[in-house]
Order: sequence, then structure tokens, then C-alpha cells
Amino acid sequence: MTVRGEEISVAAAINEALSEAMSQDAGVICYGLGATDPKRIFGTTAGLVERFGRERVFDMPTSENAMTGVAIGASLAGIRPVMTHQRLDFFLLALDQLVNAGAKWHYMFGGQRSVPITIRLVLGRGWGQGPTHSQNLHAWFAHIPGLKVVMPTTADDAKGLLIESIFDPNPVVFIEHRWLHSSIAKVPRGNYRVPIGKARVMRRGHDLTIASMSYMTVEAIHAAEYLAQRCQVSAEVIDLRTIRPLDWPLVMESVHRTGRLLTLDSGFTTGSVAGEVVARVSMELFDSLNCAPRRLAMPDIPEPTSPALTRGFYVHAGKIVNEVLKMLNKPLIDIDRDLPEATPHDVPGTWFKGPF
Amino acid sequence: MIHLDVGLRLRLFRTMHRIRLVDEEIASRYAQGKMRCPTHLSTGQEGVPAAIAECLRRDDFAVSTHRGHAHYLAKGGNLRAMLAEIYGKVSGCARGKGGSMHLVDTSVGFMGTSAIVGNSIPIGVGLALAADLKGTDQVSCVFFGDGATEEGAYYESVNFAAVRKLPVLFVCENNLYSVYSPLSVRQPLGRSIAKVAESLGLRTHVGDGNDALGVYKSTAAAVEAIRSDSRPWLLEFSVYRWREHCGPNLDNDLGYRTETEFAHWKALEPISQMRDSLKASGVAVDDIERQMLAELRAEVDEAFHFAESSPFPNREEAYSGEYA
Repeated sequence: MTVRGEEISVAAAINEALSEAMSQDAGVICYGLGATDPKRIFGTTAGLVERFGRERVFDMPTSENAMTGVAIGASLAGIRPVMTHQRLDFFLLALDQLVNAGAKWHYMFGGQRSVPITIRLVLGRGWGQGPTHSQNLHAWFAHIPGLKVVMPTTADDAKGLLIESIFDPNPVVFIEHRWLHSSIAKVPRGNYRVPIGKARVMRRGHDLTIASMSYMTVEAIHAAEYLAQRCQVSAEVIDLRTIRPLDWPLVMESVHRTGRLLTLDSGFTTGSVAGEVVARVSMELFDSLNCAPRRLAMPDIPEPTSPALTRGFYVHAGKIVNEVLKMLNKPLIDIDRDLPEATPHDVPGTWFKGPF
Repeated sequence: MIHLDVGLRLRLFRTMHRIRLVDEEIASRYAQGKMRCPTHLSTGQEGVPAAIAECLRRDDFAVSTHRGHAHYLAKGGNLRAMLAEIYGKVSGCARGKGGSMHLVDTSVGFMGTSAIVGNSIPIGVGLALAADLKGTDQVSCVFFGDGATEEGAYYESVNFAAVRKLPVLFVCENNLYSVYSPLSVRQPLGRSIAKVAESLGLRTHVGDGNDALGVYKSTAAAVEAIRSDSRPWLLEFSVYRWREHCGPNLDNDLGYRTETEFAHWKALEPISQMRDSLKASGVAVDDIERQMLAELRAEVDEAFHFAESSPFPNREEAYSGEYA
């Protein structure tokens, strides 16, 4: 991309992507609970209703399931809906429409029509979000044939992938981590596109491959920097960016070269995308592996609310570093002394004061 | 005046016969084992689809349910493609990937059917939203049964159609049963589906689904109103399914409904009613019907022949088409 951009946040990049897509195509509409309210979904829908009007940008009834079906129906007649939910957990009410209709339509009706909808889901961790406001269930969507599932980490990828998702002819679940909304990167202006299904090498390395997604990639990068500076370990960090379809060639090439794989996941351990990557790499590259692959993900237990209960609960850079050192048979660090969990541990930064 | 609508009544008569002939032929051939998918027949319920479709334009949208053959055919869906689909053939309307419960013919605005109760209702509302956004005067017709009115998606959809003022024609064919569960165990005695919809903001009408001409008249008025003010209606019609919930057989032996009830509804069936009404208007209906049935029989036989003689899809096709 030759057009130079400015440093903006993920939330602003998403806002730019929506604006860009809506100005390119009058068929793009944007709705969700809060899309036009004073807070504008963490600022991501700011200015849209003023610019594109109430027909195309609207708040909606608290009807997640039917409003997903409405998006599907509208898309069958040439509209490109973008629907947003401030918490993924609420979207569980819409799984019938997403799985039984949206994901199946193109296949089930012999390829006659496709469903170009984009569902924006926000997930996260911390701030006492607790058992039903913090679930990272992206693996569920990655399990469903017919869906594309995108999980950007950086602001430039968030913009490029969102525009690409909106104009993709298939249903795309676009997952935003709440802790990334304020993270900043240089983002190209205008119609910037990033292809779906392509992972990104965030850092080159030769001792092992860390495959990660969304916010976990941030922790992976911190870990890789520590490993390089303090432990003479060169870790390659791959940001998957799309978890369905997953960029297997890039993952395989990297692990083939490094001989070691650690996968990270912001979701529960069992049935995670991290587990899927371990399985497939083990099956296809067993002879190239210098040690057993490992994965780090959330414990298989609901996320509790109290900050006392979430101390040490999350995967963070220190845990990643020690997992890598185990794989390399190197002495472990003292996490609490050398690379402790942030204090406070339950916010993306000390500036974050909630409420959600 | 009464003779002015003879042409209309004959068209309804013909459409109902055509639907019945197709579904009864499916029933009679089903045991051959060549139609290898769950199949929900509409025998006895032909009146509503025939009359509703008569009020819709080709470019109006319709979506339907697992029991969707009648709606597909009435809206103008291709008969050969439907039968080929049920036979699992590549010439089927979904290339053998959908079967009886997933019928589609976008060339006539028949946008799809769903095997999940209530699933196609919001999709029909979304089609109306598209028409509204594009400023067309298309109507979106959503067919469903009484069981679907117990699903959350139904209330959510009705509510959105009302608040956004969308051109939706909700059509509830109340056949009293959800599979084998009677209305009495599912909804409180005396509650009216139409009254509930009215309280949610729809204009409604309740009618006799066996009286095809009556269905036509109330639908024509509703569709005209929707086209002029782009606001939704709900029509509820009483109907009765003759055959088992799913499959080709009669199932009164199961004991979930009585022979008396069955006989009561069968006596009211829509094709006989229309025949009587035409006779009363002095139409030589016997000759017309004989000729009509001969023509329809030839068409249906030919369509079955097409379906049976069409090739199956290649095995590799199973693995294509996940994405557009």
C-alpha cells in the first residue's frame, strides 16, 4: 500500500473500515444494539448515522436471533449487512440463524445464492466480566463449514480485514478483542484490504514457532522480545488473523523450519483452535519436530469475576516464556520476579476504568 | 358478478389439483426407496398456497418451511427441479444438496425453505428489509405453521417487521399439530395466534384455509394494503394435514388424533369445495376437471421421469461449494 496512513487505534480503524465500505457501496448497512447510541459501540460506529443516514445505520430490537436472520434475508436480495454485538455471549442466542441458515445457504441451495453478511463480535477478558461476559468462543465458529472467522490483532489488519469481510460473498464472523480496541498502529488510508485466510509473521525467528491469534499475539510478542533479549531464544511469532480458513501453508512452512510449535489461544483449552493447530502439525510434520508441540489457552473453567480469583488465571508473556524454555530444555525464569503479570492484571492498561 | 371470478376459481382449482397430484404421486412412489430424504407432504393443505400465490407477483419474495412443496409450486417453482432434488439428482433445484426440505427457485422469488421450525421467518423479514432499502414495492411472503408461533424467532421477527414498517405478509397455516403434539398441549385454550400478532402491531385476518376463494380475497386485500403503505400483515388460516407429519402414509392408527376429527376436516377439503362452487355457478366442471387432470397427470409423469432419469451428482460435488 503506497498511501501513507496515520497511527490510529483498532476502534478507529474499524470505524474507518465501516465508513469506507459504506461509501463504496450503498448496499452496505450497519446495525446492532447501540450502533447509534451515545457510546457508539466503543466508538467503532461513531459518525456513521450522521454520514449515511438512519435507513442504513440503525439500532435494533434486542433480538439477536431474528436480526441475524434479517441480515441473511437482506443479503439474499443484494444488501451487505454488518451486524455488531458488544459481547459475543449475547450472540449465542443467534446460533440457529448463523449455523442453520447463514453458514449453510450457499452449499445447501446448490450454490445459487450466497450470504454476504459480516457479524462483528466483541470478546475479552478481565474487569470482572465473569462467566457470561468474557467467553472466547471463536473455536465454535471455526468448527462450522461455510463460515469465515477473522480475528485481527493490529489496527491495520482490523481495517483491512473488515473491509475485506464486508465485501466477501460469504458470512464472516469478525471477532474483536476488547483489550485491542485502544491499541495503535499505522493504518493506510482509503480502501485498504487484507486478504482473509492469510496469517502474518509478526516476528521472524528460528528456534520455535508461536502461532497465536487476537490479543494473545500481543502477549506472544512481549514473550518473544524477552526470550531474545534475556534467553538467547529466537521465536517466530505468527498471527493467524483468520482462524477459518486457516493459513496452513504458512504455519507448516514455519514449523518445518523451526522444528518446534507452541500455540496460544484466548479461549478454553479443550477444543481450542490451538489444539487443532497442534493436531494438524503433529500429523503432517511429525518427523520435522524436535519436541512435542505445546499449547497455552484459558483453563477449562468459567472465568470468575473477582480480581482475586483471576490473578494468574490468564495466559501472559511470563507463562509463554517458561513454556518455550521447557520446550528448549533451558532453565525457567521466576515469573513473579522476572516477567510478572501486569498490575493490575485485569485491564489492558492502567488507563482502563471500565465499565465494560 | 359471480361469473367474473370463474377464471380465477378455475386457476385456483388447477393449482390445488397440481399440488395434490404431485404430493400424492410422491406418497405412492415413496416406498420404492428412491426418494431418500425426509418428505413432508401438503395433501389437504393446498388451498392456502394456491390462493396466496395467486395474489403475489413473480418478483415478490416467498420463504417457507419443511412442508414447502405446495408453496414452492404455487409460487411458480420449477416442478422438474423440485422432484429431481427430492431424488437427489444433480438437476435438482439445489443440485441434490438440500432435498425436500430445502427448495429454492430464485427465478420466481422463491428464496428458500428451512428444516428448522421458525428458521425462515426472519429471513423473509430480511428480504422485506432489502425491498424497503431499495425502494421497490415487492412484498415478502413468509409461510409457517402454528408450531413456529411458539418459537422466539417468530416474535422477534414480527416485532421488527412492525417497528421498522416492512412489507411482510406473514401467513400462518394452522393445522393444529406440531408433529404429533396438538395445539392444546402447546398453547393455552382460547388464545388466538392472530390476536397475539395484532397486539404486537400487525394487521391481521383469520380465515378458513379450505375456502381458497376466501383466502384469495383476504390475501388480495392485504397485499394491496402492504404495497400501498409498506406495513406488515398476518393472515391465519385453519387447515388440516391428511398424511403423517413426515412421510407418505396415513397415521391415524397412532391415536394422536381421532378418525372423527380426520373425517370432519376431510369433508371440508379445498378441492371439493371449489368444485362445488364452480358447479353452483353453472360451470361444466366435470369435463373441465377431467381435461385438467389429464394435462396435469401428463406434466407430473413427465417430471417424475425427468427426475428419475437425471444423473446423480458426481461424488466430488459433496466437497465443493462451501464458499461462494
